[in-house]
Amino acid sequence: MGFDWEFVVSVMPIYGAAILLTIKIAVLGTLLSLLVGAVCSLLLYYRVKVAGSLVKGYIELSRNTPLVIQLFFLYYGLPKLGIMLPNEVCAIFGLTFLGGGYMAESFRSGLDAVSSVQLDLGLSIGLNTFQMIRFVVFPQALSVAMPSLGANCVFLIKETSVVSIIALRDLMSVTKELIGMYYNTVESLLLLVVCYLLILLPVSFLLIFLERRFRYAEFGV
Amino acid sequence: MPNSGFSVLLSVNNMRRLMIGLGGTLEIALLSVAISVVAGLFYGLLMTSKNRVIYGICRVYLEAFRIVPMLVWLFLLFFGSAIAFGTNLDGFFVSVVAFSMWGTAEMGDIVRGSLISIPQHQRQSGEALGLSFWQTQRFIIIPQALRRIAPSAINLITRMVKTTSLVVFVGVTEILRVGKQIIEFNMMTNPMASFWIYGFIFAAYFMVCYPISKLSKKLEAKWSY
Repeated sequence: MGFDWEFVVSVMPIYGAAILLTIKIAVLGTLLSLLVGAVCSLLLYYRVKVAGSLVKGYIELSRNTPLVIQLFFLYYGLPKLGIMLPNEVCAIFGLTFLGGGYMAESFRSGLDAVSSVQLDLGLSIGLNTFQMIRFVVFPQALSVAMPSLGANCVFLIKETSVVSIIALRDLMSVTKELIGMYYNTVESLLLLVVCYLLILLPVSFLLIFLERRFRYAEFGV
Repeated sequence: MPNSGFSVLLSVNNMRRLMIGLGGTLEIALLSVAISVVAGLFYGLLMTSKNRVIYGICRVYLEAFRIVPMLVWLFLLFFGSAIAFGTNLDGFFVSVVAFSMWGTAEMGDIVRGSLISIPQHQRQSGEALGLSFWQTQRFIIIPQALRRIAPSAINLITRMVKTTSLVVFVGVTEILRVGKQIIEFNMMTNPMASFWIYGFIFAAYFMVCYPISKLSKKLEAKWSY
């Protein structure tokens, strides 16, 4: 059985659509995760009373449960309480729930690395809380947290591979379908791997570049 | 609460089935962890090799598992094995193989990291004291390396337990599948079942993973110097 190039060409549009869906979920999920993570880590950093403990609980919950289980609960469990989300929204929400916890931990390690001298200096030149975060704390924290934030991005993109469990036509479900319909297993699997590499390789190279770019805070260490 | 549907969790039979399902998942996780730890130690040693070719091959193997999602690897092995061997391999077996291959790579990297992080003067001091090569390993290198390996290795266990939730894709009977069966069985009498069952599975995973990751953090705080 030779390699069926015609099959590969004929199913390319299907894979193309699936890649777009994966990218869409991954990009929205990652951006929202970054936002949730940044807010959560700031709540922890400034020891906001009730919110701080809630955030701690949320981080543990999101980091210690698999995305598959989270999605099942969101998509099949919650509608019973009257909360119905379309499956794409559900996938993005699930990814954000998972990613928020990971991103918060990364940001937190960055915030912890900002020395207290920096804070005192900021205060002494009369910056208010917002200015402190914007000009002193955040830029330094971001520099330290960059490698682990990047690793989380790759992790989240890879995690999107499970969204077919809530009936989304992503790369995995397309592959499974094609194998079932045409038995072109080798071609389908190869396309699957190539598609993921097409998404993930550029991202990892971009992250290596960004890591170098963000090393500006490594002074005097 | 007559109609909240919580009763589905109170049934002994349902609970027993869910626990057996969870056991199936954990069995895959534990088997893979055991294999990964042993194989990972050797793989890590191999990765400290000065030989560029050996190191290169090891590195490519590791990166292959890092860059391609685990679910894709499961698919590759599951459907690939059907082509390579002409028969469908059991989902359970394929899962253990896939997770062990991944775990070995990750464990190996942890071991390598800890081995190269031990300062050269520790080895030299051992030699200066007149210890033999193996005595140096036994009393100086390995105890220090183990302390550095333990937190990340335990963290890897949590990750592997979480990742075993993927086996539902290759048709292994595990907790999600059992949960689905119970929900379908109770569809007519208890429409709320899916909320409680999936909520329970969510909590069950958390209760398995949380203590392990807590332990990892504790060891990390205790043994970092």
